[in-house]
Amino acid sequence: MQDAVLFTPQLKASPIAEILWLIPALPVAAAAVTALLGRSRRKTSATLAMVSLSFSLLLSLLAFAHVVSGWAHGAAVRETVNFTWMQVGMQVGTQSGAGSVDLGWVLDPLSAVMLVMVSFVSLLIFIYSIGYMAHEGNFTRFFCFLSLFAGAMLGVVAANSLLLLFICWELVGLTSYLLIGFWYERPAAVAAAKKAFLTTRMGDVFFLLGIVWLFAQTGTLLFYNHGAGSIEPTALAGLLAAPAALGLTAAGAIGLLIFCGAAGKSGQFPLHVWLPDAMEGPTPVSALIHAATMVAAGVFLIARVYPLMAAGAPLLATGVLTQAGRLAAGTTTALTVVTWVGAFTAVFAALIAVAQNDIKRILAYSTISQLGYMMAGLGMGGVAVGLFHLITHAFFKALLFMGAGSVIHGCHGEQDVRRMGGLRSDMPLTFLTYAIGMLALCGFPLLFSGFWSKDGILEAARHWSVARTPFYMLVLGVLLTAFYMTRQVAYVFFGYWRGSKSAQESPAVMTAPLGILAFFAMALGLIGTPAWPWFRAFLDGRAVGFMWRGFMEPGLLTLMAVSAAVVFLGLGLGWRFYGGQAPRPEEPDILEKTVPWAWAGLRGRLYVDEFYGVTVVAFYRWWARAADWLDRRLWGGVVAGVASLFGRWAGLSRFLDTNVVDGGFDKGCEELGVGGGLLARVQTGRVQTYLRILAGAVAALAAILIWSSRS
Amino acid sequence: MIGQITPLIGYLLVAALVFSIGLAGALTRRNAILVLIGIELMLNAANLNLIALWRYGPHPELLTGMIFAIFSIAVAAAEAAVGLGLVIQVHRHARTTDLDAINRMKG
Amino acid sequence: MSLIFYLLAVLTVAGGLAAVLLKNTVHCALALTVAFAGLALLFLNLDAQFAGFAQILVYIGAVAILVVFAILLTKGSETPQGGVFSRSWLVGIAAAAAVFAVLGWAVVASAPRLLGAAAPAASANSTTAANPAPAVTVEQIGRALAGRYVLPLEIVAVLLTVALIGAVIVAMHEKEEAK
Repeated sequence: MQDAVLFTPQLKASPIAEILWLIPALPVAAAAVTALLGRSRRKTSATLAMVSLSFSLLLSLLAFAHVVSGWAHGAAVRETVNFTWMQVGMQVGTQSGAGSVDLGWVLDPLSAVMLVMVSFVSLLIFIYSIGYMAHEGNFTRFFCFLSLFAGAMLGVVAANSLLLLFICWELVGLTSYLLIGFWYERPAAVAAAKKAFLTTRMGDVFFLLGIVWLFAQTGTLLFYNHGAGSIEPTALAGLLAAPAALGLTAAGAIGLLIFCGAAGKSGQFPLHVWLPDAMEGPTPVSALIHAATMVAAGVFLIARVYPLMAAGAPLLATGVLTQAGRLAAGTTTALTVVTWVGAFTAVFAALIAVAQNDIKRILAYSTISQLGYMMAGLGMGGVAVGLFHLITHAFFKALLFMGAGSVIHGCHGEQDVRRMGGLRSDMPLTFLTYAIGMLALCGFPLLFSGFWSKDGILEAARHWSVARTPFYMLVLGVLLTAFYMTRQVAYVFFGYWRGSKSAQESPAVMTAPLGILAFFAMALGLIGTPAWPWFRAFLDGRAVGFMWRGFMEPGLLTLMAVSAAVVFLGLGLGWRFYGGQAPRPEEPDILEKTVPWAWAGLRGRLYVDEFYGVTVVAFYRWWARAADWLDRRLWGGVVAGVASLFGRWAGLSRFLDTNVVDGGFDKGCEELGVGGGLLARVQTGRVQTYLRILAGAVAALAAILIWSSRS
Repeated sequence: MIGQITPLIGYLLVAALVFSIGLAGALTRRNAILVLIGIELMLNAANLNLIALWRYGPHPELLTGMIFAIFSIAVAAAEAAVGLGLVIQVHRHARTTDLDAINRMKG
Repeated sequence: MSLIFYLLAVLTVAGGLAAVLLKNTVHCALALTVAFAGLALLFLNLDAQFAGFAQILVYIGAVAILVVFAILLTKGSETPQGGVFSRSWLVGIAAAAAVFAVLGWAVVASAPRLLGAAAPAASANSTTAANPAPAVTVEQIGRALAGRYVLPLEIVAVLLTVALIGAVIVAMHEKEEAK
């Protein structure tokens, strides 16, 4: 994607771009105020959060409108507002920047779309949370953290500086930790929060290395800076020229480092282990953070630094529905790695999802799998492909999570699908919206957005020049997705009620957002069809028109038919196994009876956590023990030694003080006393003694006087 | 040497002798009253000195020496009275006039 | 250096010696009186008649009597146990000897000056020619006392008054309850 061709450089930012910083700042300010409120001010905190986010949404819509209008008039918009944060004061890298660390925000199609999506979905989930957390004692704290999260996520999206993005990235991680461990009295939640934070931290270490390297190489961390940004062609040329290890260029190495951070946040294998455990948090948290937004931050990051990832590859296409053959020879190493990791994660997580029994865990693994799809789409098809799936996934996954929350709420806290059933009649609204979300996730043809977004990825995979394997893996993933989702829906909504108490429908404040999201889950597909690739063109900054010709791409219709068939196959398999009669909780699962060895492995989540336990965690524990021993014995010994040295010194000092100084003084005073006593003997008290002395003295004086007067 | 002794020198020497005798008595006798006796002797020797020097000195018509001696006699009398009164008082308290024994002012 | 002078000198010195050497305190007081008398006669020899008679009146007539009264009141006639002389009497003798030495030396050493000051060519014997006896009348003394020396006179009067009162107070018996 050659930005210089498509985006005209802006000399002065428009008013909406100038105040773009308000979009993240308002929720953060709301969080700050809420933090000072008391526990009793529930309404105030909720109102603050909602109002601030509504304003953010409004501003995001205005920004989006501005960008759309600019795009519609043929002048693609990319406006940046940058300012210097601090002067580092040295010349770095190939750029002639004076070593200043700049921050700023950018308004371009990518950020505009993401701003609208994040603020809209967040607002819906805020409304949902009012109902879901109504019985929660720490209501205020919840909304404080939620607002902070929303502000930080919007900051990630709007940032023009990799440093600012990283700052907001870490804030997002922090709020995720706070929200997963929201019910901190539960040890499982605390452990899950820690796990999430540490696992993403591991990825972030490499991310930070990448940032530092980029700064050292290019002298700036701004993305776009009127030609001087770090991912603009001049800097990219410099990065490509600098070699790194293993045959990579600096561009490739930095791209891979940044991908490590993205992999941590977006739950790619092997850093996916935190996502299922993160379901310990409240369901709105799972919906917002771990479905729609935070996990999408990794995908967004790759999309943002895509020029860096794709640097060096000849004219990579943004999508496959325009001109065939634009996927020319080769791609970059970084993008290849992204693709393989994404494809593998997609299949891996889908397999595990088949054998889970917790309603939220199934959705968690589904999220991991879909994130893998997004990464694969980015790697093979470019920004628009991956991001389209991100947008659609945000809506239907949030819908699914909120629906699951509604189910849990209606089942009075029950989360095991084996103890649910028959909720189709008890919770009809939830069932309807959940079914829409499930079909969108599976990619049910034509009507649902998931179909179009997933097909975009499959099309890009089919045309990938490096290998065909990811394509087959992704198709397998489609099959598995349909299968496990059918299993879940059959368990929850069909059959007969296997729970203890009876279930009831959730209040309107929870089901209304479900309805809105369901609408979008269906409608969003329209902007990504081959006939009208609005989304793709919008991101690229090119003009678009409605063209039925788009369906005439060679092989496209075949692919659509194939994917539809796979979806139906998965649905049918799932229904055959689980539809009709779902087993009782005590009975083993049908699949377990069929392939027990596979079931055990999948049930155990393919033992990745256990692997970590024996390697990383065990090593860490050993290391901690060793450090503790060192600390107590070695450093503690040194400290104790120094302390004892001081003690002895003090003892010596005291000895000196008591005996030499005090003793000396005492002796001296004693001697003075003795001397005084001796001198006092002169005072005999006898008159004649005094007289004698007088007489003697007078005689002596007189003699002296006379003698001196004589001479 | 004897030939050179003028009457003045003689008187002065006698006065010195009497003074020393009085001093010796004041310094060596145990009885406090004898100390006062010694002091009287010393005063008298001084008076003799004064008169002798008045007689053989210049300007005897000014009567300076004589008047001085007269005043000295008066003062000595007063001092003897007070001193003896003190000795009597000390004797009442210490029950003795032995100066070796009276050392309550001992340092 | 007339014979009178020598006789009177011997008398005075003997009286003084006796006053400090005798064991009996009353004898000492009497010897003192003899010394006073000798001094008075010496004064008369020196043509200081008024001083001589004042000496007799005051010293012999009052001071000596006072001393005798004091001896009486302090039972001084009893001989103390340790002897009449102090334990360290040698030190006293030494101090007195030192004083006498200095005085004698001063007198003898200033003899030439005294000689020169008196008369240039006077012989040692013609004292009366070099130093004629001054004509001192009582009227002169009276005028001097009331004129030139009126201040010392008045002060001595005050002093005598104070001494009188003081001696009475000092020697007075304290009241019984004050003890």
